[in-house]
Amino acid sequence: MKPAPFAYHDPRTLDDLLGLAGRLENAKLLAGGQSLVSMLNMRFVIPDHVIDLNRVAGLSGIADTGNAIEIGAMTRQRALERDPVIAAKAPVMQEALRHVGHLQTRSRGTIGGSLCHLDPSAELCAVARLYDATLHVAGARGKRDIAMADWSLGFMTPALEPDEVLTGITLPVWREPHGHAFVELARRHGDFAIAGVGCLVALDGKDTIARAAISIVGIATAPVRLTEAETALTGQPANAATFKAAAVHATKLDCLADAHVSAAYRARLAGVLTERALAIAAARAQGAAHG
Amino acid sequence: MAETRRIRLTVNGRPVEAEVEPRRHLGDFLRQTLGLTGTHLGCEHGVCGACTVIVDGVPARSCLMLAVQADGAQVTSVEGLAKPDGTLHPIQAAFHAHHGLQCGFCTPGMLTTLAAFLAEQPDAGETDIREAISGNICRCTGYENIVDAALAAGKAMRGGS
Repeated sequence: MKPAPFAYHDPRTLDDLLGLAGRLENAKLLAGGQSLVSMLNMRFVIPDHVIDLNRVAGLSGIADTGNAIEIGAMTRQRALERDPVIAAKAPVMQEALRHVGHLQTRSRGTIGGSLCHLDPSAELCAVARLYDATLHVAGARGKRDIAMADWSLGFMTPALEPDEVLTGITLPVWREPHGHAFVELARRHGDFAIAGVGCLVALDGKDTIARAAISIVGIATAPVRLTEAETALTGQPANAATFKAAAVHATKLDCLADAHVSAAYRARLAGVLTERALAIAAARAQGAAHG
Repeated sequence: MAETRRIRLTVNGRPVEAEVEPRRHLGDFLRQTLGLTGTHLGCEHGVCGACTVIVDGVPARSCLMLAVQADGAQVTSVEGLAKPDGTLHPIQAAFHAHHGLQCGFCTPGMLTTLAAFLAEQPDAGETDIREAISGNICRCTGYENIVDAALAAGKAMRGGS
């Protein structure tokens, strides 16, 4: 299990990177490498060129802009896991990161790598969808923004042209007090999730739900927002009956099946996890509002 | 002859310079180019954790990193945990005292992972330790003694002994 030979490029600037990405045929971009290098080792991918992003200046970092958090594509998962801005403004991302691989893979793995690899069970993709994130892309022909809702073109296929590179992501944060939760079920801790649910819940003063967002991962080729349930939740009392009713929407989703897990099981699991996540998020929202 | 690159890095405190093919991963570089066979390669696709080394202070899988990416880095493999005079690292001493290994195949990865983890969190409890080594597979399933050893090493590292 060794990679086939390839030419290696490690540009130092975004301009040099875009030049290489625009010029080289059959090239793969190397971010954290926690999926790509294993695929190279097993020769699932045999590129002629590997373009390493790790020495390109200006692609990593976390910045608080008030209404949003700006995250560079090469920001390590480990950095996100420990960042005080993420802890204060988007703690659901840190809860999700506890399920992403292991200590050693999070040392190297990046948010941009997760988004571009677009594994159907990738927790960071679910978080990006939960916040209606905007993805920033650069190419030889210029820059453009893509909404996370439009990012997936199909199984593990992001809406990137061959000459384009993901440079960063903007997460619009919720300014009002709210609760969060990320729960998932995997066969073993750190394995790919069978299903996972991230949610945010804001309450008005009387424990009525003012706003809710629910993002489900692992059930389809890309994270799914449970918009019908989000609408139905608004204005309802934050109690068990409300969460149970909302979770019914998740059980009706069209789910993937694989060798181990049937579509029916995934749909049932999506319902259970949605109900559980809403209850945790609402309890935390009550703490945030009254605490 | 495939394209090669000259890299310079520090391995276990010693400067190293070598000519490598870009496709050679760091684990093979340590074992085959440098002869440091303490790093074990199990699955070579990032699942087993046996090949874990410490790169610039953080634990990383050496099978999922190319040697050329370590150009300029500080790498510590299991051979670099003990002091030059042979004094064992607290985690090595604790594995010895608590019988934290059986066949020994996973041991280098367990030791490097825990050495890096406990350096940051010497007061970690059992749950945190189990999570820290969740990416290291021991097929002898000797986890109980490994966790006991990690708890003891944490205590020793807190106490400065």
